[in-house]
Amino acid sequence: MKKNQKAGSTRQRSRWEIIFYSGAALIALVGLGEATYLTVISLSGETAVCGNSADCFKVLGSSYAKVGGIPVASLGALAYFIVFTFATFAAFDYGRVRKFFTWTVLAMFAVTLWLLFVQAFRLHAFCQYCLFSAALVFLLTGLVVARPSTAQSNSNL
Amino acid sequence: MKRYAPFIIVILVAAVTVGSGAFLYRAKVAANPPLKIPKATGEKPGESAHVLGPPNAAVTLEEFGDFQCPPCGKLSEPINQLQKQYNLRVIYRQFPLPMHAHAKEAACAAEAAGRQGRFWPMHDLLYREQPAWSNSRDARTIFNAYAGMLQLDLDRFKKDMDSSEVQEQVELDQKRGALIGVRTTPTIFLNNQSVPPEQLKPENFATAVEAAVKSAKPSS
Repeated sequence: MKKNQKAGSTRQRSRWEIIFYSGAALIALVGLGEATYLTVISLSGETAVCGNSADCFKVLGSSYAKVGGIPVASLGALAYFIVFTFATFAAFDYGRVRKFFTWTVLAMFAVTLWLLFVQAFRLHAFCQYCLFSAALVFLLTGLVVARPSTAQSNSNL
Repeated sequence: MKRYAPFIIVILVAAVTVGSGAFLYRAKVAANPPLKIPKATGEKPGESAHVLGPPNAAVTLEEFGDFQCPPCGKLSEPINQLQKQYNLRVIYRQFPLPMHAHAKEAACAAEAAGRQGRFWPMHDLLYREQPAWSNSRDARTIFNAYAGMLQLDLDRFKKDMDSSEVQEQVELDQKRGALIGVRTTPTIFLNNQSVPPEQLKPENFATAVEAAVKSAKPSS
């Protein structure tokens, strides 16, 4: 009887984990698409426009938009791809990648806070693309924080 | 098979991302050819008219343009190509129309860049990026960023943009245009002959230039 209960709860846990990591992979995929677009814009020298405002140009054309000559957007694309990879593997029951997933999302969250600070207090301009990406990272962080405890305990596997 | 599924998904996503990124990049570069910024354009800082090409060219093309006028923007690249193809002498004069909110500011930005010998790179940049700045509430910030992109002395650029000399230069071009009957933009003269409006469409303009070159050759 106890064995059956345990098996049932494992199945339920497994289903929740699949939903959780699939959702995270989807969010990362959206972020990957957006960051890839911004990378292309940056490399092709085009001016990104946010509606009627010059703020996008101000942010994406600033010195903060590149690190050592590499567009920050391309680093964002790489980070989203890594999150997508870890989430996909985790959804397929590769237990070891779960903690890497958590750490990558937390690192992205820290970088996002820095970028928001730069936009608010150094550039005094907000780029809508960057805000959208920040929203995605916040969503991923929210998922990590609110992840069911069963999934968290599994991340130690 | 389930064990390999994540590998397949990740590889597929990587391939699609790189492929679509490369495709988008090629499309963007084809639509906006990178600006060629010559070190010296033969332009002397402070010179009144902006001239490109040899003084003894068979055909002189004089344009009265407004940087915020979309048809002028569409003609900008064809004129650059025709200038190279037929070795034309191209003269650009400012004619910012009052209905365009940032046209005069853009004209001043081009003049201010001209004071540092970079009128033509700024001219090309303003036309190429016209959709980006013309709807902006803060075009001035964008012009300053362009000045940075063209490696201009930014402080001098800002000062020149506000200077009375630059404002007067733009007004002088406008007065000159008004005197010879310019009412709208683009107004283009080929060897002092006004080009009819229907030939100012990018697809027809090359024909008008070719005709001017042919009619100029026998006499030269």
